Amino acid sequence: MNEQQNNTIHHLKWFGLPRLMPYLRPYLWIFVSMIILGLLTGLVDIVMPLFQQYAINHFVAENTYNGIWIFAIAYALVLAAQVIMSCISCYQASYVETCVARDMRRQGFHHLQTLSFSYFNQNSVGYIHARIMSDTSRIGGTVTWDLMDGLWNMSYLVGAIFVMLRINWKLALCVIVIVPIVALASAYFQGKLVKLDRRIRETNSQITGKFNEGITGVKTTKTLVIEEKMDAAFRDTTNHMKQISVHAAHFRALFQTVISFAAYLAISIVLWRGGIITKEGLMLVGTLSVFLNYAQGMMNPVQWVVRAMSDMITVQVNIERFTALMDTESNVVDRPEVIEKYGDTFNPKVENWEPMTGDVEFRDISFQYPDGEEMVIEHFNLTVPAGNTVAIVGQTGAGKSTLVNLLCRFYEPTAGQVLIDGKDIRERSQLWLHSNLGYVLQTPHLFSGTVLENLRYGNPNATMEQIEAACRLVSADKVIARMDGGYNAQVGEGGDMLSTGEKQLISFARAVLADPRLFVLDEATSSIDTVTEQLIQDATQKLMEGRTTFVVAHRLSTIRSADVILVVNGGKIIERGSHEELMARKGHYYSLYTRQYAEENTRAAWQGA
Amino acid sequence: MNHSKESRAKLLLRLVKGSMRFFVASILCMAIMSLSEMIVPQVISMTVDSVIGERPLEMQSYLRVPLEALGVDIAALPAYFSQRLWALSLVVAGLALLSAVFRYAATLATNKGSETLVKNMRDKLFTQLQKLPFQWHNQNQTGDLIQRCTNDVDMVRNFVSMQLISVFRIVIMMCLSISFMFSLNARLAWVAVAAVPIIIAYSTIFRLKIEKYFFEYDENEGKLSAIAQENLTGVRVVRAFGRERTEIEKFEAMNQLCTKLSLRLSKLMSLFWALGDLVSGLQVMLILVLGTVFTVRGEMSTGNLIAFISYNGMLTWPVRELGRVISEMSKAGVSISRVGHILSSQIEQDAPDATEDPIQGDIKFENVSFSYDGENTIIDNVNLTVPQGKVLGILGGTGSGKTTLMLLLEKIYAPTEGRITIGGKDIAQMRTSWVRRHIGMVLQEPYLFTGTLQENISITQPEATLENVRAAARIACLDDNVQGFAKGYDTIVGERGVTLSGGQKQRSAIARMLMQHTPIIVLDDSLSAVDAQTDAKIRAALNRSFGDATVIIISHRITTLMRADKIVVMDSGRIVQEGTHETLSQQEGIYRRICGIQEAVREEETQ
Repeated sequence: MNEQQNNTIHHLKWFGLPRLMPYLRPYLWIFVSMIILGLLTGLVDIVMPLFQQYAINHFVAENTYNGIWIFAIAYALVLAAQVIMSCISCYQASYVETCVARDMRRQGFHHLQTLSFSYFNQNSVGYIHARIMSDTSRIGGTVTWDLMDGLWNMSYLVGAIFVMLRINWKLALCVIVIVPIVALASAYFQGKLVKLDRRIRETNSQITGKFNEGITGVKTTKTLVIEEKMDAAFRDTTNHMKQISVHAAHFRALFQTVISFAAYLAISIVLWRGGIITKEGLMLVGTLSVFLNYAQGMMNPVQWVVRAMSDMITVQVNIERFTALMDTESNVVDRPEVIEKYGDTFNPKVENWEPMTGDVEFRDISFQYPDGEEMVIEHFNLTVPAGNTVAIVGQTGAGKSTLVNLLCRFYEPTAGQVLIDGKDIRERSQLWLHSNLGYVLQTPHLFSGTVLENLRYGNPNATMEQIEAACRLVSADKVIARMDGGYNAQVGEGGDMLSTGEKQLISFARAVLADPRLFVLDEATSSIDTVTEQLIQDATQKLMEGRTTFVVAHRLSTIRSADVILVVNGGKIIERGSHEELMARKGHYYSLYTRQYAEENTRAAWQGA
Repeated sequence: MNHSKESRAKLLLRLVKGSMRFFVASILCMAIMSLSEMIVPQVISMTVDSVIGERPLEMQSYLRVPLEALGVDIAALPAYFSQRLWALSLVVAGLALLSAVFRYAATLATNKGSETLVKNMRDKLFTQLQKLPFQWHNQNQTGDLIQRCTNDVDMVRNFVSMQLISVFRIVIMMCLSISFMFSLNARLAWVAVAAVPIIIAYSTIFRLKIEKYFFEYDENEGKLSAIAQENLTGVRVVRAFGRERTEIEKFEAMNQLCTKLSLRLSKLMSLFWALGDLVSGLQVMLILVLGTVFTVRGEMSTGNLIAFISYNGMLTWPVRELGRVISEMSKAGVSISRVGHILSSQIEQDAPDATEDPIQGDIKFENVSFSYDGENTIIDNVNLTVPQGKVLGILGGTGSGKTTLMLLLEKIYAPTEGRITIGGKDIAQMRTSWVRRHIGMVLQEPYLFTGTLQENISITQPEATLENVRAAARIACLDDNVQGFAKGYDTIVGERGVTLSGGQKQRSAIARMLMQHTPIIVLDDSLSAVDAQTDAKIRAALNRSFGDATVIIISHRITTLMRADKIVVMDSGRIVQEGTHETLSQQEGIYRRICGIQEAVREEETQ
């Protein structure tokens, strides 16, 4: 989706290099030396054919091989110099490329850790991921290699023209006229190809999408007996793909043909005009041969210079996207005086942190999502004494997480205040709040690594005894014991190697280790096997004991035991009260509860059967 | 090992079949192109020696013979061209044009071949995937299959259209330039050729090392990418635990490792290129120096020296390429096998004498059992009759086998024991598509394809009008919703379109099924995401439109099933109770228990 809006090619000043200056500055000297060495290598390339000229004009023409040893040594020395210079400049280019990409990635990642939730809600993971992974490496590659390629070829071109003009300016001019024609043709073809390549990429992703549909929808396809229709639709897309690809191939073939034809055209001109000059005795044969060399050799560099420039233009999009990320500012920031006292995320001043009791108050809160159209909460008031439990219930997509988002300060209220222990949460640092907060997600998220590493996420300083105790408390110990490697078992990317139930228990233990005063639980809706389900219910009860808890609840047991129940529908809180009060009202909660009750008990009945 | 390689080659041959002619044409064009380019140095050489210089014209026999056959007086040529140098330059330009035309043709042919190849591969894969049995799909992961259909297909394409073709081109270039060199001066040619094995051996060895380094780097870059990915998907956890610093440290450590590995790779690459430059540079130097000496000694002419140097330049580049191509080719074998895994799996196939018996009469399950693996029984000896035109309700818990039973009827799976008959005819003897076309089935989790809502509903009836579609949608209680959409029935749905709610999806699937007008209808828990009132409304509308169709409804809601002509209760793959709502409500058993539990809901619904 995001591909679409970036189809226009952007033009930044100086190819966007000034915006990259902060990242290039540390490597400025290497960068400069790389450019100088690259230019020098290009110039040495000009010198090489002159050896051939000398050999023919001197040794062959004068029929002697006096001094051929010196000639050979000189040749070898120049060759060595060229090889060393190109080796160094190549390494320097990769060095700058790698380091610039690394630094951009580092700072991009760092910056992401400070951005507020609205950014993550508005941009897909894939989109953000591409900004710090692929954009950075593309930028790094382009500003080094394309720049060097361009300059190297440019210097070869300029050098060759210079030498040719020196040898015989009239003959040189005959060849040089071809250069701008080749340049224009290259620019034309390159431009066409960039556009066609984009269309090819789009069609390609369509094909991948169709494969995905064909595989995930296979059962439906079979039951509807529409295999042939699906096949036909797929073939339409691949036909389209073939058409544009072959169209692009036409251009590519024509492009190559024009360049190589131009080179031979240059040769034939030199052979004709140069032949006459040589025949008249105004030019030596060796000189003619070297002239032929340059004439043929200068057409490819023209193409490369054009290609480098085209890459520099297309990379603008990447530069712009990356800098846009870096320019995005968090809309949840600690105030300077708060940072002064409590420290920031990366340098906390833990010694100034007050302990948290856990009294929570929502005072006259109104809230609207930054990308939303209307207030989802208006003048909401709620006091939760320390240790109490608030259950938030409602159907999927009803907006149950809004209050939780405000409490965690993932968002800030549009009006009103969230108070903890009687103080506005904005008067303390985010890290202070988050350090006192335990959060268990509906779809538990683990990080790749061992079970132990994941548990330590809750508290890096926890001792093994504390960890084991925490696991026992929520009955995660038995699950872990069953795993291959116990606490050192790998959980896989995103915890994929564990079942949902196992992940959940480990994330409970992780929350216990953090020993938070405030506890936020987003209960899972997906059904887990009965044994694990029971373990999780027990763990939930234990976690809630003595902590101020907000639960986005699905289980009746959790809901019934809450001190306050908030019923959410259409993003708004429509009912509040205790279970008994709400049941008596026979409103939204009543029907929600009866259905839930029936479903839960039906499930239980089957399991008992 | 040998066997698998042989089948790989066979498979490759099968894949390349349709595009072979393009590749052959491309290689032929390349040969002509190279040949005409290779004649240019000869022309230059003759010009330098005999037109500009005074040497008598020595022409190679492959040029002399055809020219003489055309009646050209070879000896008079130098004098002729000496007055008309432009004509010689026209000869060069003509050769250039010839080579340009064939270069164009070769590039185009390669690309056409490559695009045809990739299209054929993709089409074959897609068709195959549609035809493979559902059980096969169950055993293979979507992500992995897509990798095979995209990355591996590209690898195979590159192997054929880039690497294989490159090898041919390189060999042609090498053969031509070497033979031209030998015709000019055999001794010098031996010197030039001596470097070839050195360069190939050296670049192949280097490549292997580079490959190893690259693999390590690539693996760690994957890890870095995964860390970023996890951080983004787990952003809530990171923030809630205040672990930003740990995350940055973790990322930075891997970032540094990647940088280190990348620089190690760059160092090797720079060295590789520099050494390659050095070796081929020295070879060029040797040829220049020795050639000069030979020329001074009178063993070859100046023109020949210039031509020889040109040919040598045409030799060194392809030789250096060869090392790269060889190392890349080794990777393709795995991809061919991975694509082969899909293409050589057994597809759903009817017996050649499969029948198309009329689908009417009672549906009978006779001693039907089913198991995926032969160990865990999913369906255990089910005997059941569904009389034609009647409604059967199935009540069952998760994993009771009720859905599997329906998939057996639909021939998605085949019973391991027993048989299913319709009107007394075993469905196993009937054509699969015939059976499926006569059963309208709404799956538990319906799938909508990317396209408009209208396209989705009328997917089985392309000629249906919007009015037909709306009629079906009205029965499914979907029409009102759709009228609320800005684009109505033109709203794009599916993975790349608007996300519909679970209930809207289910109702779209019901409308889609209604378009089929089948004699048998199966609703597999198809109203679970719809609220109770709408559920009741849809059921009423459905009842009116079913006509004389045989209907099977699966649900966990009593209200959905209670009006069925017959109700069976399934548990652990077996039928545990059978009767009508009235009889089952009287009986002691699970049906009555669940009835009791859901009573409150029923009361609320009827209010």
